[in-house]
Amino acid sequence: MLKNYIKMAFKVLLRRKFFTFISLFGVSLTLVVLMVLVALFDHTFGAYPPETKTDRTLGVFFVEFRSPDDQSMTNGFAGYGFLDRYVRTLPNVEKVSLYSFPTKAVSYKDGMPISSWLKRTDGEFWQLLDFRFLEGGPFTPEDERNRNFVAVINQTTARRFFGAEPAVGKSLDVDGQRFRVVGVVPDIPILRIVPFADIWVPISTAKTDSYRNQKLWGSFLAMVLARQRSDFQMIKEEYRDVLKRVEFPDPQKHNKALGEIETLLDTVSRIFLLDRTYGESPVKRFIGWLIFLMILFMLLPTINLININISRIRERSSEIGVRKAFGASSLTLVGQFVVENVLLTLVGGALGFVLSYGVLQFISSTGLIPYAHFQVNYRIFLCGLGITLFFGLFSGVYPAWKMSRLHPAAALRGRG
Amino acid sequence: MIRLSNVDKVYRTSQIETVALSNINMEVREGEFIAVMGPSGSGKTTLLNILGLLDVPTRGTVRLNGGEVTSYRDRDVARVRNREIGFVFQTYHLINDLSVVDNVEIPLLYRRLRGSERRKLAREALERVGLSSRIHHFPSQLSGGQQQRVAIARAIVGQPRILLADEPTGNLDSQMGDEIMDIITSLNRQEKTTVIMVTHDPRLAATTERIVRLFDGRQVN
Repeated sequence: MLKNYIKMAFKVLLRRKFFTFISLFGVSLTLVVLMVLVALFDHTFGAYPPETKTDRTLGVFFVEFRSPDDQSMTNGFAGYGFLDRYVRTLPNVEKVSLYSFPTKAVSYKDGMPISSWLKRTDGEFWQLLDFRFLEGGPFTPEDERNRNFVAVINQTTARRFFGAEPAVGKSLDVDGQRFRVVGVVPDIPILRIVPFADIWVPISTAKTDSYRNQKLWGSFLAMVLARQRSDFQMIKEEYRDVLKRVEFPDPQKHNKALGEIETLLDTVSRIFLLDRTYGESPVKRFIGWLIFLMILFMLLPTINLININISRIRERSSEIGVRKAFGASSLTLVGQFVVENVLLTLVGGALGFVLSYGVLQFISSTGLIPYAHFQVNYRIFLCGLGITLFFGLFSGVYPAWKMSRLHPAAALRGRG
Repeated sequence: MIRLSNVDKVYRTSQIETVALSNINMEVREGEFIAVMGPSGSGKTTLLNILGLLDVPTRGTVRLNGGEVTSYRDRDVARVRNREIGFVFQTYHLINDLSVVDNVEIPLLYRRLRGSERRKLAREALERVGLSSRIHHFPSQLSGGQQQRVAIARAIVGQPRILLADEPTGNLDSQMGDEIMDIITSLNRQEKTTVIMVTHDPRLAATTERIVRLFDGRQVN
């Protein structure tokens, strides 16, 4: 019977080519947009090297300090002093790393300025992340302690400054400071905000020590590696306890510290939802909202498909009457039409996949998002398949139900 | 085999009410060959639809082999139509996107049969109507008579006990019409299939055992 449905589905597809084109175009275009967005999401939050320990890594991305009357607050990245005192000393964690938010730094080559993203990190940074070194290796906690002017650079930076020659051992001037290259790593996409940079140098090589005095806010973030995932709750509670004991330089101005030690997705969810109720993860609500918005976006092409399917069913009222006359129950016919519709939308879905792949490759090649390498992996594929099936089922069920209620005698008379 | 008791069929719209059938009482015995005759609008097709469970009477009951089918659920009615009844329509109602053999297989799709079994039965039915050389043709490639023969093959492929034919020769010339009637008559005589046929043609009606006459929705004999 399935073979019969498939045959019928393709005959219907070829019958009214314009309507078929509209149906498939709507499905494909919507799928392309959603797949690109899903790919972006996966690219930003998925577990890709060098972030291979995301299952047991948390971070401090954001802190908030409030006044005694809660009328004023300051929020943003934490200060180095704050993180060093309150996060680095957390018990029950395996390792902590502090790093700065990347900033633009200027170097010169042949008199021409070259702008790069510079990140300052401690030595532990390279132990929490699994960078693959194309040359050399990372700098160490000892380099950071000894204020050694060493740098790890990415592949693009190495090519920019040193061409095809090995970069390790060579000098690189960045923002007026000279560093010795100790390692070269592949380019890290800009959306991977934890590892991303063009040049990584030890925190201690900062031009001044003022970063150490950032007791509350500043420009640093923290990465915390738990021994196991089941320790997350304990670490979060410990951090909340610590926040209650933060010492404020001016308690009249700020006397409350708020925040979470959480995943990047948690923090982004919180920002998106404008959620300041610390204590529970907003990820489920955020994902819920994303799914809601996706469904809303898919609604218009789905309604369009429903209309097209209803008009197609009217054309097929004689066929429906015949099938009913020869023993098809209403449920059987609903099944037939839903299967036909799902098959048609799978064709649209396949086109959408091909187009999505092309669009993602195009975005990757243009450098619109620096160092982005979008790929259609199994997660994105499954998401795309889910979207296609959504189209197929929802745009098929209502017309199929309407059709199944056609009276066979009326259907045979051509009155749908 | 089939009994209609006090059957009325009334079509209502917001403005008018049309009585298509009124107080029909009729019994059809197994193996009978019955013609239904009457002027246009007398309710012949409505009667055939009710006999074939394609329509439900407004009042009255329809019994098939002792079971009151008017109270059956959709699934049960579908099963009875599939197993017991075959239809032949004046305008053939073949599905143009499907080949001849795929059209004939349609009733068998709703039984639990393997594809190979369905194909075998469909070929046999087409052989009986003399169209085994056209199985992969499409309806648009056939003459009217050939299309009607495909429709007959579709109607009999499931070996139904009742064949309902609504003006089966209405769109055909006399020669093709005679061929079709030969097939239908042989089904009745050799297979003992009960045949109820709507016709305007007294010549065709004369070949049947009994004529039921309708006028303005009422039986007149």
